[in-house]
Amino acid sequence: MQSHGAGEVGVPAWDGGVAPFAIPSKKLGMWLFIVSDAITFAAMLIAYSYVRVASDVWPKPFHFYPSIIVSSVMTFCLLTSSITMVMAVAAAKRADIGATMKWLGGTMAGGLAFLILHANEWMTLIEEGLRPTSNAWGETALFGATFFALTGLHMTHVTIGVVLLLVLALGYKNGRYPADYVEIGGLYWHFVDLVWMFIFPLVYLMSVAVEH
Amino acid sequence: MSSNAHGHAESNRLYLIVWGALLFMTIIEVLLAYIQFATAPMLITLMGLSLVKAGLIIAYFMHLKFEQGTLFWALVPMWVLVMILLFVFFPDSFRLHELRFPLP
Repeated sequence: MQSHGAGEVGVPAWDGGVAPFAIPSKKLGMWLFIVSDAITFAAMLIAYSYVRVASDVWPKPFHFYPSIIVSSVMTFCLLTSSITMVMAVAAAKRADIGATMKWLGGTMAGGLAFLILHANEWMTLIEEGLRPTSNAWGETALFGATFFALTGLHMTHVTIGVVLLLVLALGYKNGRYPADYVEIGGLYWHFVDLVWMFIFPLVYLMSVAVEH
Repeated sequence: MSSNAHGHAESNRLYLIVWGALLFMTIIEVLLAYIQFATAPMLITLMGLSLVKAGLIIAYFMHLKFEQGTLFWALVPMWVLVMILLFVFFPDSFRLHELRFPLP
């Protein structure tokens, strides 16, 4: 990764000719976006925890089966799509277009499986009477607001990620995009996976219905 | 990314180990939910595991461990500082119970 650093450009450091973080500017841009997006998600998770602590009752609607099992499968899909993304980036660095397409396809399939399972989960909860302003189980209407806001924003990110990967895959195949672009798109994809690693325990695992 | 050719299979194995560790920690989290653990230790364990998982994803999948150190120092402490600022308000949530009008 040192190839983008000092020396390559041939301009002294104090004349602005060097990438100070030894990465391409687009990659630095993605990193800065990811940090700001991480702050957005953290703020929402903290707000969710805040209203949950401040509420007298909080619904625990997720039965271990099917909700927790299905959301665990969703977690598996995202984690696995992350490892296929790593493989896609490695293949792109080797300029192996066929393997890159295969791994990117696998990553998109993982993302799509996540989206389909999650949409199904939403439909089930909506049929059970969950709305952003009310629900059928408890008094705390904020449950619906926090649930739809958190998982909805995350689903939006996954959707954007799948579209981004499709655009990157087509552009890389046609030779319009360099391998770096696949890596930068991969950064975003891993971040979406990372966010789910916090939403899954805080929203699902902390709200498992008490079985009798 | 390691540029030497023989490091290729080796780094693939490293990523697969990280992936396995992430799956393993997820299974532990789900098991904790299954046995209906007490709320406070459950929350602490889940957040601890999630932070470890996030660290693994950032360090290995997102490659931050292999970048120049200045990138880490430019990104992570800023995020931590914002988290501290956000948590400044958090103790209010424990007091809100007492600040409410009692229900008739």
